[in-house]
Amino acid sequence: MKRIVYINDESCQDLYCDNRVSNRKYTLLNFLPKNLWEQFRRFMNQYFLLIACLQLWSLITPVNPASTWGPLIIIFAVSATKEAWDDYNRYLSDKQANEKEVWVVKNGVRKHIQAQDICVGNVVWLRENDEVPCDLVLIGTSEPQGTCYVETAALDGETDLKTRVIPPTCVGLDSEQLHRIKGVIECPNPDKDIRRFVANMRLFPPFIDNDICPLTINNTLLQSCYLRNTEWACGVAVYTGNETKLGMSRGIPEPKLTAMDAMIDKLTGAIFLFQIVVVVVLGFAGNVWKDTEARKQWYVKYPEEGPWYELLVIPLRFELLCSIMIPISIKVSLDLMKSLYAKFIDWDEDMFDAETKTPAHAANTAISEDLGQVEYILTDKTGTLTENRMIFKRCCINGIFFGNESGDALEDVELLNAVANNIPHVIRFLTVMTLCNTVIPIKSKSGAISYKAQSQDEDALVKAAAQLHMVLIGKNGNIIVEVFAEINFNGSILQYEVLDILEFTSDRKRMSMVVKDCQTGKIFLLSKGADEAIFPCSNSGQQIRTFMDAVEQYAQLGLRTLCLGWRELKEDEYIEWSHMFKEASSTLVDREWRLAEVCQRLEHDLEILGVTAIEDRLQDGVPETIEILRKAGINFWMLTGDKQSTAIQIALLCNFISSEPKGQLLFINGKTEDEVARSLERVLLTMRITTSEPKELAFVVDGWALEIILKQYKEAFTELAILSRTAICCRVTPSQKAQLVELLKSCDYRTLAIGDGGNDVRMIQQADIGVGISGREGLQAARAADYSIGKFRFLKRLILVHGRYSYNRTAFLSQYSFYKSLLICFIQIIFSFLSGISGTSLFNSVSLMAYNVFYTSIPVLTVVLDKDLSERTVMQHPQILIYCQAGRLLNPSTFAGWFGRSVYHAIVVFLITIHAYADEKSEMEELSMVALSGCIWLQAFVVTLEMNSFTILQILAIWGNFVAFYVINFIVSSIPSAGMYTIMFRLCTQPSYWITMVLIVALGMGPVLALRYFRYTYRPSAINILQQAERSRGPIYSLGMLESQLKSVEKDVASLSINQPKSRSSVYEPLLSDSPTATRRSIGPSAFDFFQSMPSRISSSYMRNCKDN
Amino acid sequence: MNPSSSSTPRRSDGATRDSSNPRKNSNKPKYSRFTQQELPACKPILTPAWVITAYMLVAVVFIPIGLASLSASESVVEIVDRYDVECIPEHLRVDKVAYIRSSETKKTCTRSLSVPKHMKAPVYVYYQLDNFYQNHRRYVKSRSDKQLRYKSKEHDTSSCDPESTTSNGSPITPCGLIAWSLFNDTYKFSLAAKALDVNKKNIAWKSDKDHKFGRDVYPKNFQSGGLIGGGKLDASIPLSEQEDLIVWMRTAALPTFRKLYGKIEADLEPDDKLTVVIENNYNTYSFGGKKKLVLSTTSWIGGKNDFVGIAYLTIGGLCLFLAIGFAVLHLLCPRNLGDPSYLSWNRDAAARPTKL
Repeated sequence: MKRIVYINDESCQDLYCDNRVSNRKYTLLNFLPKNLWEQFRRFMNQYFLLIACLQLWSLITPVNPASTWGPLIIIFAVSATKEAWDDYNRYLSDKQANEKEVWVVKNGVRKHIQAQDICVGNVVWLRENDEVPCDLVLIGTSEPQGTCYVETAALDGETDLKTRVIPPTCVGLDSEQLHRIKGVIECPNPDKDIRRFVANMRLFPPFIDNDICPLTINNTLLQSCYLRNTEWACGVAVYTGNETKLGMSRGIPEPKLTAMDAMIDKLTGAIFLFQIVVVVVLGFAGNVWKDTEARKQWYVKYPEEGPWYELLVIPLRFELLCSIMIPISIKVSLDLMKSLYAKFIDWDEDMFDAETKTPAHAANTAISEDLGQVEYILTDKTGTLTENRMIFKRCCINGIFFGNESGDALEDVELLNAVANNIPHVIRFLTVMTLCNTVIPIKSKSGAISYKAQSQDEDALVKAAAQLHMVLIGKNGNIIVEVFAEINFNGSILQYEVLDILEFTSDRKRMSMVVKDCQTGKIFLLSKGADEAIFPCSNSGQQIRTFMDAVEQYAQLGLRTLCLGWRELKEDEYIEWSHMFKEASSTLVDREWRLAEVCQRLEHDLEILGVTAIEDRLQDGVPETIEILRKAGINFWMLTGDKQSTAIQIALLCNFISSEPKGQLLFINGKTEDEVARSLERVLLTMRITTSEPKELAFVVDGWALEIILKQYKEAFTELAILSRTAICCRVTPSQKAQLVELLKSCDYRTLAIGDGGNDVRMIQQADIGVGISGREGLQAARAADYSIGKFRFLKRLILVHGRYSYNRTAFLSQYSFYKSLLICFIQIIFSFLSGISGTSLFNSVSLMAYNVFYTSIPVLTVVLDKDLSERTVMQHPQILIYCQAGRLLNPSTFAGWFGRSVYHAIVVFLITIHAYADEKSEMEELSMVALSGCIWLQAFVVTLEMNSFTILQILAIWGNFVAFYVINFIVSSIPSAGMYTIMFRLCTQPSYWITMVLIVALGMGPVLALRYFRYTYRPSAINILQQAERSRGPIYSLGMLESQLKSVEKDVASLSINQPKSRSSVYEPLLSDSPTATRRSIGPSAFDFFQSMPSRISSSYMRNCKDN
Repeated sequence: MNPSSSSTPRRSDGATRDSSNPRKNSNKPKYSRFTQQELPACKPILTPAWVITAYMLVAVVFIPIGLASLSASESVVEIVDRYDVECIPEHLRVDKVAYIRSSETKKTCTRSLSVPKHMKAPVYVYYQLDNFYQNHRRYVKSRSDKQLRYKSKEHDTSSCDPESTTSNGSPITPCGLIAWSLFNDTYKFSLAAKALDVNKKNIAWKSDKDHKFGRDVYPKNFQSGGLIGGGKLDASIPLSEQEDLIVWMRTAALPTFRKLYGKIEADLEPDDKLTVVIENNYNTYSFGGKKKLVLSTTSWIGGKNDFVGIAYLTIGGLCLFLAIGFAVLHLLCPRNLGDPSYLSWNRDAAARPTKL
């Protein structure tokens, strides 16, 4: 399907939507039905609605229907209000965008109209720093060459300026002509691909020719970009409103469900089943009692013949009575808590990156608990572990190494001398560094030159050259036609005419430029690229041995290398090639492939000038962070597009893997399927044998082998993935990254993917938790992610502090919610045995509603401030995370504990109440209020006992709520028409009421406290021990002397960088002969939690069982 | 729980550096103790000393209270006389239901009670019913509070089924099963042949008389249907004065309950012989319920009820036992609280394959 756009044609504008941007989910009219529909898609809400409807039947309802309708309506109102508020804010921002004034040509006259009135086909004029209101095809700019600069940060997050050009047919049109331009653009239907735009344009006479002119993404200005450094530009609107590339790519991501939510749902299901069983049993018993006993109770006056549904009446009554078993408030409480967790992340000062001034941000507010349950972290390398700030450090020119002693070539006296002495090789090297790139120098008014580069490496090279007195001072001219580059070398200006750019592609892995020296008229080919892309093109006569050594040496230091080469071209050779190149670049089919082929023809017989080594420094705190998170039992996989040796070096530097003999690398490589299979088999075998060893094994796999493995040997690889704590995958593509995440997820592991660039987006979206680093490669990853942080080191705080607390808090809140609902429900059930199994409610409607919504919900919400251990203790003992990872605080067995407690408490409350309030005191209203007060008293003590730390807010909430209970009941008791008029006053004046309350608390809490104390002291969990330790001697530094650790790692790196090539060749297997006990360390900072070294790692399900203990 | 108020000190890395040079930056999270989750908190932990003291304290408080309530309960003098069987002539006991239903049979019966101990005035007279489900779902809902309160709401009987209207459709006041089944046994006491007055005034709650039962609402069509339930009401007395009804309408939560019949405003001496003439009208025979007449004095904790006292003593004793037990345990095998060597990851994994 195609879209045909007639430029400046008023007649056919109604075909497409106007430029009204709408991100709204609702309109005023459909808000209520649509929102209700959305809410009722949840099972819980359907359940509550059913209950509420059943309650309208007065024959079966035990309580006033308001006791369910009230909370239900409140809950719905809260959710709906939140949605409405969000939608209103979206509406406001839409409105702002829609009503922005823009210049549009109407009937040949430029007019100011609102952005929402732009139609497809309109010619829109933009000035410098204007935001592009819709997707435009560029037809004119203020620059004579027809270029303009745009900032696309809002679209893809890339902060560098991009060049956009007008299509060739429009070149040379003046602004007067542009007002009257007519033509047709044939473009595809709207899609969301911001990197592709395949269209063509034809102008109508009198405009030049009616040749079809192809259009690419380079001829477009996309919505939400900004026009920069260009006085004006104008374009034809092709996509408007919600059909722009930005509008199409906007989507509502699939909501992620945390492991905890799944567990809570499961438990809810179990309670629901339990409820059904209770209802069936009691319903049956009730019917039997009715037919045998109730007939004799003349005062009940049962009719002989009931209606047909008589058998259903009692079970349905019990269904309603037991409906409170599933707490209506849990969803709201959890949502509230989750949004607070997210806010705490946003607010966290310690995760504020002062350098880039970005705070941490939780885009997804619903999955904080999952952070505490992460088992695998898959991390990108460049920009995530490293700073992605490239600094030119060393170079090797013509076999001479510079910068080896000082570590910085720019300070190497020899290099400075060589530059000063005009050594030809060095000058040529610098010329290539300066020229062979796509960097745009921008001269500010003060004369200072800044560079805009798409590649950080190029930026580093140009800056380094500038420091060596070869400064790129300007590039002007049309990118397509010709470029003049000026360089200032030691004060003299050298001018080069850029004839052609042989662009960089990830297949070619090199780029070249053909330049003409304006002084001498000589033509040169300048090339730069990866070693494996440049060396094969080298002049066969040249010795490239030293360069290869240099590349190897630099790679081992973790430096990124680029090789530079050049060749002088003969005039006629160039002219001949130039024709082919022009032809290839104007082909419409397989253009990229043809171009590559043509480039190949020129790029040969290069004279290798040298090798540059660029350092990408590790971010601050990366080794410590990885160390701590690994101690916390989290497995790390590094997925990088970089080459193997660099990846391994970085991995060593940041504690990712240990060097020999502590750690061992197993390589999976090979070019053919057989080789890969054998290699995989061998690694797997080694892995199986050594799982019981406390040796850190890691496997290394490259993209090529991975491709084969994922296709053919997925099962073996899955086993390997389970066995291995660490993996390095190099040269992997974005889709392979996502596949690896998928693989780990399919083994039922919680995965966290962290990355910073566009190539990590898929992996981030795929993982259970995606974390984006708002880094230099733009915000793309951060936008797609659930959490965005400024630096990798914040990850430890995100997981260990926020994730862990969130998990603990939710675990308590959810189980407590069930406990309190079950408690009141069990009291009702026990009471039903004393009321002829007829389904009488002991509690009145007001109390039941208030119990669920106020008395028991508010104090427990303050658990959001609860901290079982201080942040510092957690950081010192990251192993404690195992409790969250393994889900030890919320699982069927802990839930059974709460269930048992609710049964016990219900029995205590009920028995004490009916015995203390027997005989003449057994008045219904009084007795029910005594039982309710008993529950409230117990609640306050249960919450107090279960909380770990008390801030003023918690104390206020718990005891304030307690006081509020009495205040509310005093108020209700003073309303004459209320059923419980005067009841509370009567009770409070009776000594026996207070005695009963104290009795309930003592009997209810005594055994709980005793059991807890016993466990706490004699069977303490690690959390308990740390709590005690925290109290008794403050922070403890028994483990992890990080500094000494770091030093030893540095030493390891040094030693390994020498040994590494050897160990690469074959799988190192001396471990097989070692006795298992010989290498076992008893206590040590890096001894993992024994869970990790247990053989049970083999089977994940077994592992989970262990964790549940 | 050893409360130790320790405000967590601000970490010295990063954060303090940032805050030391105040930069104008809207992105930067605003510092407050709440947003940084650093509110000063007290973190109590269960130390042996604290727990043992707590149990000890509970024991020390509970045992005296238990003793006090037990003695209070003991001081209450109570006379209980079950009369439901005895009051039926022996030859009619075969079919008790027929006896009670028949209007021919003589329902009067005389019982004599002896006073075991001095009973100080006022002596409360209760009737006690067993196995009577005033809390039955069908029964407990069958009333109309509005009708009882307001004259104008006479027709508000929808909740009273199946005892809402007479067969010709005129509303019954008071409607509903509860009122319909009003208890109607009566007791006449005499001491040494001299009649003993039973004060039936103010036996209902004052709040009920003032606010729940209307002064201008009179019984109407009550017990006029085919099936007579319990007692009848004098149609000339407003509901707010019908104290027996008001007492009865306060439904009991349990199947065994006592309701106040009246008060004897005179001291009873030991070995006094009380003669009670019972009008045995109320049918508990069809469902095997017992009827008892109870005379009881009262104390600060209410009537005779040993439960609270015994429970307090038991719990006090148990707490004492636990406190001593924990203390002994603590002395025998003292635990070094918070010893990091207990941490599982500090132990040798292979040596002790325990669970955490």
